[in-house]
Amino acid sequence: MNLVFSEADLAFQQEVRNFLVQRLPVDIRDRCACGYIVGNEDLIRWQKILNEQGWMAPNWPVEYGGTGWSLTQKYIAAREFASACAPLPTFGITMLGPVLIAFGSDAQKARYLPRILRSDDVWCQGYSEPGAGSDLARLKTRAVRDGDQYIVNGQKLWTSYAHWADMMFCLVRTDPDAKAQDGISFILIDMKIPGIEIRPIIGLDMGHTLNEVFLEDVRVPVENLVGEENKGWTYAKYLLQKERNFVARVAQSRHLVARLKIIAAEQRVGDGHLIDSADFKRRLTSLEIDLRALEYSELRYLSRELHGEKIGLESSILKIKGSEIQQGLKKLLVESLGMYSAPYENDMMPIDSDYLSIGPQHMQGIMAEHLYGRAATIFGGSNEIQRNILARQLLR
Amino acid sequence: MDFELSEEQRLLRDSIDRFVKSEYPFSTRQEIIFSTLGYSEKNWKLFAEMGWLALPFDAQYGGFDGSPVETAIVMEALGRGLVLEPYLSTVVMGGGLLAAVASHDQKERLIPQIVAGELTLAVAYLEPQSRFDPADVETSAKSTADGFVLSGHKCVVYQGCTADKIIVSARTHGADRSREGISLFILDQDLQGVSRKDYKTLDGQWASDFFFSDVNLPASALLGQKGVALEAIESALDLVISAVCAEAVGAMAAANDITRDYIRVREQFGVPIGSFQVLQHRWVDMYMEAEMAKSMSDVLAMRLRDRDEDSALMVAATKVRVGKAGLVVGQGATQLHGGVGMTNEYAVGHYYKRLMTIDILFGNQDYHCSRYEQLEIVA
Repeated sequence: MNLVFSEADLAFQQEVRNFLVQRLPVDIRDRCACGYIVGNEDLIRWQKILNEQGWMAPNWPVEYGGTGWSLTQKYIAAREFASACAPLPTFGITMLGPVLIAFGSDAQKARYLPRILRSDDVWCQGYSEPGAGSDLARLKTRAVRDGDQYIVNGQKLWTSYAHWADMMFCLVRTDPDAKAQDGISFILIDMKIPGIEIRPIIGLDMGHTLNEVFLEDVRVPVENLVGEENKGWTYAKYLLQKERNFVARVAQSRHLVARLKIIAAEQRVGDGHLIDSADFKRRLTSLEIDLRALEYSELRYLSRELHGEKIGLESSILKIKGSEIQQGLKKLLVESLGMYSAPYENDMMPIDSDYLSIGPQHMQGIMAEHLYGRAATIFGGSNEIQRNILARQLLR
Repeated sequence: MDFELSEEQRLLRDSIDRFVKSEYPFSTRQEIIFSTLGYSEKNWKLFAEMGWLALPFDAQYGGFDGSPVETAIVMEALGRGLVLEPYLSTVVMGGGLLAAVASHDQKERLIPQIVAGELTLAVAYLEPQSRFDPADVETSAKSTADGFVLSGHKCVVYQGCTADKIIVSARTHGADRSREGISLFILDQDLQGVSRKDYKTLDGQWASDFFFSDVNLPASALLGQKGVALEAIESALDLVISAVCAEAVGAMAAANDITRDYIRVREQFGVPIGSFQVLQHRWVDMYMEAEMAKSMSDVLAMRLRDRDEDSALMVAATKVRVGKAGLVVGQGATQLHGGVGMTNEYAVGHYYKRLMTIDILFGNQDYHCSRYEQLEIVA
């Protein structure tokens, strides 16, 4: 047993740090640091820098443009990226790429993977529907074969960043008579095809990341089917597993702790500052200790993976604990502002906006991040669904 | 970075697992509790034969040069069976203090006796007013021509009445709660002026309050140097906290297993109660807490072994996190058993009682949260 990373891994960590200091644009870092959404152009600007470095897709095999990093290096890189407040990788990299690599045709791989690396295509995920949330297999969007095309009709919901997307990977029902999971296919839809309408859903944070996507007689070429018809559920499950990597968000939560300490040291209370308040301090300490336990659990599970064990239920544990800690910290951040938690600014504000030139210096973005962060226990399989998954595996 | 056990460590764990499985079914444990000593001398001899009592000590005193990691492996395995033998008080705490402060001659005399299973120890370091603070020592040891005179009251000394010798902290100079002037003494039970009130504890062990009234101690009773023992006590407590947290991790795993097995078979409304989602989620929460505790415990043992600069913070953090997890597991396990969980003849409640005890021992969550906050300011 030991906790020390190898010399080579530490050198790698330094390399990643240096890169981030030199190449991560300050304006993008600052938006991420205060919890604001990074706009599409900014995201692409950053991704092009990453791609130039060859670090766009650490989770892909080398032959498709991956980095060839070891598990430990991937862990270190993800931690350093998060600590430096770099934007998170997008759907094309984290979700679609691995599915295409595992199940896509050669033509699909040759066409789409390089375009993802070059940021030519922004992808969104067409999964949830009005009647299919946690129970995703109940999805109703129909794709009917017509010659060498599918005609797609239906509605997708909670589609993050559909308004920025060039393409959507989408689950559709191709066999309405089969048992729920068996009649689903995984297809790729060009968002510019006629018949697609995107309606924004404004979130609690008053920001626009979510959408409804209506599909009416959308004609998709058959070559855009991934893998076999009616096997889409298998691919979707594979993808959801990939989504659960890096779910603990330890570095992000550490950043929140650091922010909390800065604000609490500034906020006046009585003769001293908020940081001197025993009640406040105790709640922060408790979350800090929870965060340590989460971080060491992530390392312990990484160690298991390094020894060749398959990681499954561990991701669910990290997701549940990680999101709960994150929400706890964001709630405390809101409380730290006192009355100044009430004035609200939209998170789409430019970072140098003087719309709110009131309140503590570091308050920008806190309420927006808190509100947006309520989704952390809902998306990617709600925490209740994660508990079901754990129960099914452990209580069987 | 590696959390896996080495081959040797695995063998150690497996041998204790086997012992717990064959010698410590719950019914046997209950018999041992109600025996005079409250633990089994036969088992203690076996511990000596297996070399478990030698683990943390220096090879020059007959030990195996084990680290806090090996101690944690032992304690986690013992925790699964709620083992009653005084490993914590004799080997980890008493032995830890001897290793930290005793002179070479004292170590040479005492440690081989521990290793052979011929000497058990209890440590009397807390007093009614001190709560959990080892620096709050009012018991006094005044120098005389040929030794010391000891006076004071030490409270809730685990294994106080079963141990062959007692290690006592006393003030040789300095004001109450001063970090200076605390010394450690080792003494036999039968000295004139030593009286004791013995009682059973929540977790089924023996403990005692000690009353010392003008007890004459020879100079040789002093362990190591006079007046400078506090740091040694604190570093021994670090090891003890690591050990007891590992024990809690073992106890949590066992409590979760017992509860899982119960809710799978217990039927109500015509189905196993484990099919109900509320019960499933509660059990999953217990399981996750045990996972968090295990990660903290493993890291603490490694940090202490490596003398990492973060280890002081880590001790406090681990005691808090494990204490909290232990209560979630212990209370949840009792709850999911329903009425059966409330009975003394069923195992699960005893896990709860030990986990609750561990949350209190060596400083509860509030105490270590405060320590964590103070250490953070210093850091």
